[in-house]
Amino acid sequence: MVTLQINGQSHTVDAPDDMPLLWVLRDLVGLTGTKFGCGIAQCGACTVHLDGKAVRSCMLPVGSIGNRAITTIEAIGDTPTGARVQKAWLDIEVVQCGYCQSGQIMSATALLNRTPNPDDSDIDAAMAGNICRCGTYVRIRQAIKNAAKTV
Amino acid sequence: MSKKGWGIVVAVIAVVALGVAYWLLMIPGPMSFAQGGTVALADYNGANPTGVPAELSHADLIKRGEYLAHAADCVACHTAQGGGQAYAGGFAFNLPGMGTIYSTNITPDKQTGIGNYTDQQFLDALHKGVRADGARLYPAMSYTSYTYMTDADALAIKAYLFSLPAVHAPARANNLSWPFNHRGLMKIWDAFYNADERFRPHPSESAEWNRGAYLAEALGHCGECHTPRNPAFAMDNRRKYAGALTAGWRAYDISSDAKSGLATWSDNDLATYLSTGHADGHGGAAGPMGEASDDSLTYLTAGDIHALVVYLRSVPPQDTDLPRAVTVPAPASYRQGVTADLDPRGEKIFAGACASCHDWTGVSPLSKYATLTGARAVNDPSATNVAQTIINGVNRKTAQGTIFMPAFGDAYSDAEIAAVSNYVTARFGAEGAHLTEKDVASLRKQVAQQ
Amino acid sequence: MSSPADTSETGALSRRTFLKVSTAAGGGLMLGFHVPAFAQDAPKPTKYVLNPNAFIAIAPDGKVAFQIPQEEMGQGVYTSLSQLLADELDVDFANVTPLPAPPVDALYGSPRSHRMSTGGSTSIRSFYTALRQVGASGRAMMVAAAAQQWKVDPATLRTENGQVIDDAHGGRKLSYGELAPRAAKLPAPQDVTLKADKDLKLIGKSVKRLDTPGKVNGKAQYGIDVRMDGLKIAALAASPVVGGKVAHVDASKLPQGVQLVQLEDIVAVVGTHYWAAKKGLDSLTIRWDDGENGKYDSARMWHEIRETSAKDGVLAKEEGDAKKALAAKDTDKLDVAYELPFLSHAPMEPQNFTVHVKDGGCEMWGGSQVQTSAVAAAAKALNTAPEKINFHNQMLGGGFGRRLDTDMVTKSVRIAEKVDGPVKVIWSREEDIRQDMYRPAYRNVMSASLDRNGKITAWTHRIAGGAVSVRMSGKPLKGGLDRGSLEGATENNYGVPNFRVEYIETPPKALNVGYWRGVAPNNNVFATESLMDELALKAGKDPVAFRLAQLDGTPRLKAVVQMVAQRSNWGGALPKRAGRGICAQFCFGTYIATVCEAEVADNGEVKIRQVHAVIDPGRVVNPDTLMAQVQGGLMFGFTAALYGDITVKDGRVQQRNFNDYRIMRMNEAPPIDVHIIASHEAPGGIGEPGCTAGPPSLVNAIAAATGIRLRKLPIDRDILAGRKIA
Ligand code: FES
Ligand code: FES
Repeated sequence: MVTLQINGQSHTVDAPDDMPLLWVLRDLVGLTGTKFGCGIAQCGACTVHLDGKAVRSCMLPVGSIGNRAITTIEAIGDTPTGARVQKAWLDIEVVQCGYCQSGQIMSATALLNRTPNPDDSDIDAAMAGNICRCGTYVRIRQAIKNAAKTV
Repeated sequence: MSKKGWGIVVAVIAVVALGVAYWLLMIPGPMSFAQGGTVALADYNGANPTGVPAELSHADLIKRGEYLAHAADCVACHTAQGGGQAYAGGFAFNLPGMGTIYSTNITPDKQTGIGNYTDQQFLDALHKGVRADGARLYPAMSYTSYTYMTDADALAIKAYLFSLPAVHAPARANNLSWPFNHRGLMKIWDAFYNADERFRPHPSESAEWNRGAYLAEALGHCGECHTPRNPAFAMDNRRKYAGALTAGWRAYDISSDAKSGLATWSDNDLATYLSTGHADGHGGAAGPMGEASDDSLTYLTAGDIHALVVYLRSVPPQDTDLPRAVTVPAPASYRQGVTADLDPRGEKIFAGACASCHDWTGVSPLSKYATLTGARAVNDPSATNVAQTIINGVNRKTAQGTIFMPAFGDAYSDAEIAAVSNYVTARFGAEGAHLTEKDVASLRKQVAQQ
Repeated sequence: MSSPADTSETGALSRRTFLKVSTAAGGGLMLGFHVPAFAQDAPKPTKYVLNPNAFIAIAPDGKVAFQIPQEEMGQGVYTSLSQLLADELDVDFANVTPLPAPPVDALYGSPRSHRMSTGGSTSIRSFYTALRQVGASGRAMMVAAAAQQWKVDPATLRTENGQVIDDAHGGRKLSYGELAPRAAKLPAPQDVTLKADKDLKLIGKSVKRLDTPGKVNGKAQYGIDVRMDGLKIAALAASPVVGGKVAHVDASKLPQGVQLVQLEDIVAVVGTHYWAAKKGLDSLTIRWDDGENGKYDSARMWHEIRETSAKDGVLAKEEGDAKKALAAKDTDKLDVAYELPFLSHAPMEPQNFTVHVKDGGCEMWGGSQVQTSAVAAAAKALNTAPEKINFHNQMLGGGFGRRLDTDMVTKSVRIAEKVDGPVKVIWSREEDIRQDMYRPAYRNVMSASLDRNGKITAWTHRIAGGAVSVRMSGKPLKGGLDRGSLEGATENNYGVPNFRVEYIETPPKALNVGYWRGVAPNNNVFATESLMDELALKAGKDPVAFRLAQLDGTPRLKAVVQMVAQRSNWGGALPKRAGRGICAQFCFGTYIATVCEAEVADNGEVKIRQVHAVIDPGRVVNPDTLMAQVQGGLMFGFTAALYGDITVKDGRVQQRNFNDYRIMRMNEAPPIDVHIIASHEAPGGIGEPGCTAGPPSLVNAIAAATGIRLRKLPIDRDILAGRKIA
């Protein structure tokens, strides 16, 4: 049994310590907004926040989390930055298939919390770990800049 | 010049030649650094340093042989790279400038394995480097280490090997260049470099030390990778455990040196590293040491691990050009920390393929095994093992679970791998490397299965 | 837990809840979805039937639901097809919810193919008029119903935002919700007049997409997100060699609490969650019996393709006499060959399907580009009738052609057969990449000649490649010609007087081939536009001027080339080792000209600086979505040109995951400027043109930057660094 703090709620799940958070969220807790893309920390689709820091849940063993706060895409809209990012995404229609976008939004939100006015190289450094197979990068970059302006 | 003059010149040359010959040929034994004399095992009245640990003393011959075979890590070299059949041979040793040797099948198969070996033939192979057919083995087979193994232990290993299923696997022909393709020459080499003697305890040292010595020298053959070799390819025990490059990977200084050796390691860290292949703050084993951990060391009992620690600690410091490892994390932002005059692709690739797991600080948010801070490889300005790890990845199955890093060698160019290796050593290590794409190409060659 | 059907929504209400809501609301759901759920056996319509009931549902509260026959996989089709319906029906777009149509070819098959299939950039091309007619006839039914109720002449009534208005009587109003019960009883008019362009409110406007709100908050449900009570999860390993079989499975280390499923060519482990299934699978030692294909590697495959491509092919197109013209002496002639590798689709959502085998059939959930074929595949696997398959199609996390195949359905059903209760079969990324239906490798053998003024006098193009149609149908080609391999090669946009195109099949032994974003033009546009640049160089002409001089017969293409040259500052100064490359193409009914600006470092690394594209797609439904498709398509194409290469050793695909099957990342992505020349011509497709325009424009830019002509993809940095000869 592992107890986790997810989106402000405490969840106790029957998961082995080495089980990645990704599968605990998707298969045990039922939060499927966090996606599986590669399982080896190469694509970013599984990005969640751990105490506000963007991490890849596909390689994060639940046994190592303790009561650090986990935030997923389902709840990021409840934070001011997250809501701003989601709005910026919709305003310029960043999304195509959308499968990578949970992760993109989680990474972008963490970036803006850390760096309120990111320039292109800040965006590159923070977002290069998130692959978008549909190729929405041009709009992601723009949406991040727009979100930064709307503080 | 006068006859006398000539005489002097000749004499000088002769002396120099003798000196060189002496330096080249008269190499101290692996344990001769220790103080006090040695006695024959039979005359030693401390606890028996050979055989299996107390836990297994009542186990049957095959079980004991299995433990010793693990301790001697036979499987590492007698199994082909890339998931070959265990003990069926075919592992390629790429010897720069000499060619390639393939390990042989040591399963009990009668045609292609050692199924017909008598006990004496098996002992001769292990102790003297002589095959059943009388031909000489090459020292890629660590008989200059195994020669210290007792007959009883060697035959226990044989019993274990003979209990395994026979695999039909003909040996691959070596392709060595002249003159190395003449096995006969090994006779001369052996005369100088194979002591051909069994382990002799040091009464003045503790029982643990003696057990550790037996484990390290007769079974584990640590020196085969960690001791530099002289021009004749023999382990140069004057620089015992100073570290060396083997098969494209760097085996590091495991002497008690303060800067680059084990002096900075606590007994606990050392024991943990030996038994699990990882110690927090020191990084983890990859490549050949990763295999040694998973195929051999992890099977050792706590007592034997402790004995190894005691022995390693006693090896005199060997100064090397390796810098002291940096143990503080790098800055959290990619903007701070080194970046100056580096190929920008290093940072670019790190951002995309590495930062998610290793973080900009080098302290992984995901797994202690992925933390770079303090790792010896990252603090090696040659970046040899960093580049090899990037090329080949890590895929270790340990008692603690799988330790995995994807291999990037197939999709990233030599220039890209050089760039990211240089960036990683500069950002997280003591000194940035200056690998070129040519260096990376040659590193690839040295590990490649031929 | 709610049932999948209820949650299969994108922020708005689902079909089932829609039905519940509206019936609960009293009036009942009168107009809409009165269709036999599984009418596969209904006769295939020869002409598209106007059956508003099959597409439009209107609730008493005025909420409108559309059943969309095409799959949403990122291209915005839920929105654009809804625009067509809503504009003609004349309802407020804010009240519209798009829903996946059930798998019924007879009702939802494409007016062109009469099959449900989302691929080849055909959605708008096929449905543009048809769905406008459906909407218009729905509107006419509302007007007729109001006329009945008010006893007035329908001609005196007008509609606005879901209401019928009677201006002659003080502008009294009836809402579509109120009218629906009566309207539903009326026959659907078959000859409706469509709105005049000036009256269009939604078509041609960049209205907000209807599917995206649920995609920024985690609510959108893709196939892989399906959950239900008692659901188990399976991880699978299929034979790594095509045609291979399981020889032996050592399950001695298999953990407790998981189920091992062993089929002839597949091993799967089923657990309560994916981690249990994956660890179970990893614990097995599987020995495979490779069979013949185990002997194949890339070198041998390329050897066979090159040998075959040297033979004469089957004639696909001939104008004038190219062979004779080329044979004529003292012609200024160029002979070249261009080679393209096998490619994987690697959609972001790995393959997966959820199947519950029961009642002599199954219920299944997943994302497919071919809904009815998916049903047929499941029926075949269970050897039962399609009526026994109940398929709930889900949102697709990328298709790119991968989900035009149904192997993932068949495999999942076969595994589910051995499992009691519903099971979700999930492909690991490694499995997804290694068990793909790959874009065929191609070799193009080409010759062309120039006259004194540098005009092209003759052109021959022999396409050698695998035929996807053969792999899919299992039937050999009629007359050896694969029509699916010709688009982009046979149009003769440049009006060459002596023009000849041949095709010769090179069946790949060790790999299955499939349709990949851009299909045939991927290969043909690359070959054609590369050769055009080589000829321009030979003629000593600027690549743009050289093309323009031969485009008089193709004015729309000429126009986009002229405009892109201008927008990209063609000919403007650039740093050294930087260059611009152009690609001009007419495929999928769309004209597009692209200029890529690239820079090549001394060590061979390529940086794409910026890209300009100008498109003439005819009528545009949603300009913003269209631009997004061009931007995304270009990135997809550039990724292939820079990195895409599926290689084989011992019959096994060597690439595994994104570490060795690279995808361009944010810090490599160039700015992309897209400009649309809208017209009243028939609408063209847009999902693919950007993808096919990427590689040729990039390779031409590299040639301009370095003088090195790359005739093989992916781009070889060693050649660009001078470490290797092209
Ligand atoms: S699924 Fe975690 S990074 Fe790809
Ligand atoms: S939107 Fe489809 S992968 Fe990013």
